[in-house]
Amino acid sequence: MGYVAIKGGGKAIAGAHTAVESLRTAEGEGGSPLPLASIEHQLRLLTSRVLSEGGLYHPRLAALAIKQMQGDTLEAAFALRAYRSTRPRLMETPTQSTSGMRLIRRISSAFKDIPGGQMLGPTMDYALRLLRLDLADESPETFRKVSRQFIKDAPDSDLPDSFPKVVDALREEGLLPPQPDRPDSPFDITREPLIFPVPRSAALATMARAETGSLLALAYSNVRGYGNVHPTIAELRVGYVPVMLPHPITGEPTEAGEVLMTECEVVATQEGAESGAPPLFSLGYGACFGHNEVKAIAMAILDRALQKGMQDGADCPSEDPEFVLLHVDGVDSMGFANHYKMPHYVTFQSEVDRLRTTQEKDAAHTKAQGAES
Amino acid sequence: MNPGYELPVDDVNYNFAFLDEFAKREIRRNILKAISIPGYQTPYASREMPMGRGFGTGGLQLTLSLLGAGDTLKVIDQGADDSVNAVNLRQFVELTCPGANTTERAVEANIIQSRHRIPEDKLTADQILVLQVPTPDPLTIVEPSEARRKIMHGEGDYAPLLTRLYEDIVQFDEIAISNRYPTRLNGHYVIDSSPIPRFDVPKMHQSAALILLGAGRERKIYAVPPFTDAVPLAFEDVAFRTEAFLDSKGNRRQCDRCTSVTSYLDEIIHPDGSRHWQCSDTGYCNDRCVQRQNAECEEARS
Repeated sequence: MGYVAIKGGGKAIAGAHTAVESLRTAEGEGGSPLPLASIEHQLRLLTSRVLSEGGLYHPRLAALAIKQMQGDTLEAAFALRAYRSTRPRLMETPTQSTSGMRLIRRISSAFKDIPGGQMLGPTMDYALRLLRLDLADESPETFRKVSRQFIKDAPDSDLPDSFPKVVDALREEGLLPPQPDRPDSPFDITREPLIFPVPRSAALATMARAETGSLLALAYSNVRGYGNVHPTIAELRVGYVPVMLPHPITGEPTEAGEVLMTECEVVATQEGAESGAPPLFSLGYGACFGHNEVKAIAMAILDRALQKGMQDGADCPSEDPEFVLLHVDGVDSMGFANHYKMPHYVTFQSEVDRLRTTQEKDAAHTKAQGAES
Repeated sequence: MNPGYELPVDDVNYNFAFLDEFAKREIRRNILKAISIPGYQTPYASREMPMGRGFGTGGLQLTLSLLGAGDTLKVIDQGADDSVNAVNLRQFVELTCPGANTTERAVEANIIQSRHRIPEDKLTADQILVLQVPTPDPLTIVEPSEARRKIMHGEGDYAPLLTRLYEDIVQFDEIAISNRYPTRLNGHYVIDSSPIPRFDVPKMHQSAALILLGAGRERKIYAVPPFTDAVPLAFEDVAFRTEAFLDSKGNRRQCDRCTSVTSYLDEIIHPDGSRHWQCSDTGYCNDRCVQRQNAECEEARS
């Protein structure tokens, strides 16, 4: 009898890799490989999502991860994270300010007129979701013409380099509490594990690289009824934030590059303010790498919910820091769900042993009862 | 991004053992802390590894931080060296740790990384056993909040866990926990023994080898130091029981291949529907076959 329980693992793995590659190239002779630049630009929102969930700002590597993982956002973000584990940390940036952001879009749903004005920018919010069949067989000529035309038609910009922040205006008017004292250094979730209770900076960092769908589901549960945040978007902005590093010789802050970011600030009505204190709005903050508006909004709502939970205790899942922060990471949750596919022969054998034993005892018990009656 | 930027495609060298040196040092320090406080779940900043969370990333980080050139590693999954996950982990170590050796024989290894089993061969003081852990806290089944569990551990408050075992006895006339059996170390902390079967739990008691347990996703390291008491939770009148592997007549089943009557067995259903039993620990089974000069086994080994 040549039957063996588990054999040939190495060969099976190699075969699986070949099968995956064959599907990637299944277009055959008519196909051509996806250039990374095309992924980065034409699938820019996918790239943004992967950058943000991977916690590593590297658009070209994000594009590579998307190509390699054949479009799976969880796997692509995971590959970026694993790459990150191999890099030593050379230095830390000081706290960066988003007031110097080079904007491509900023809106407020709280005030019609905000200092600096609203700028709709690249958004599909008001586009009809009708399938554009002309894109189905778009010619390279048409594609390039669109790009040329946009640059030609663009007016000479008289836009300022940066815009004032709406929340600063709210603070000046006394509608928002003053900025809380900043911690000396924010909690670094890549170098310290979360031990509860955790500071707000740990919660924000965890959510900034969380999986978009997980954040959205929990934030949605709060505003839909399992919670009490009634958010209004004071400001949502998307743009490039200059990254300032101390100059290696002079020590002066020097621009080392820029990162595309989405930032969202929501104000919520303060429920049950402390007696004696004047009633104020409260603020929820969301920010992440890339252009990910839904993620930034969900994060801002959850930040507000978690601050309430940290202060008064949690009344619903989305206000419980442990519940939210330990279940929103895509790499963790995907990995654990996937691990159930691995062999569990030994533990299952052990469970069968317990079940058979209890079944035998149950049968003996029933038989004894039957004999008595 | 700078439009002239090119990916450094030729620069694909990884650091020895993949992790950067700061990460390895941090893990070693946490190992020392875990050994100093038997059973305490030491938190650490677990790094993302290039295999899935839940596939042994906690164990792997321990192994990679311990392994150096000249060390010999054995990787086991479900007792087998040739199981897909064991192959994957071993190949990764071979790729990233030049100079380290791998083996399929427990006696030859000085570091053994395992999922779900402790080898049948008795381990020695020169060996370290690294176990992969999905859920490091035995109190999870009675208390979902980690902050509250931490207080319970500190106070040695294991009453809810013992109550849970008692409820099993009331309901089933047996303790129904099959694996991950809660085990008390050195008279204080109760640990999750990792998803090893109950059969393997007694091997932790006064083990000569250091046993390290790593949970990557949950970011915890804990240890059973050498020659430390490890006692599974039970009651005076209801003893802890291991899987017995008895047939309908009450005789101990034996391995189809090597005829061992002391090993943990896999139940195998053949195409004709008949049930067969084989050692789960393939390295142990192969060694016994070689000793018995069993021709059939020689074939299976090659």
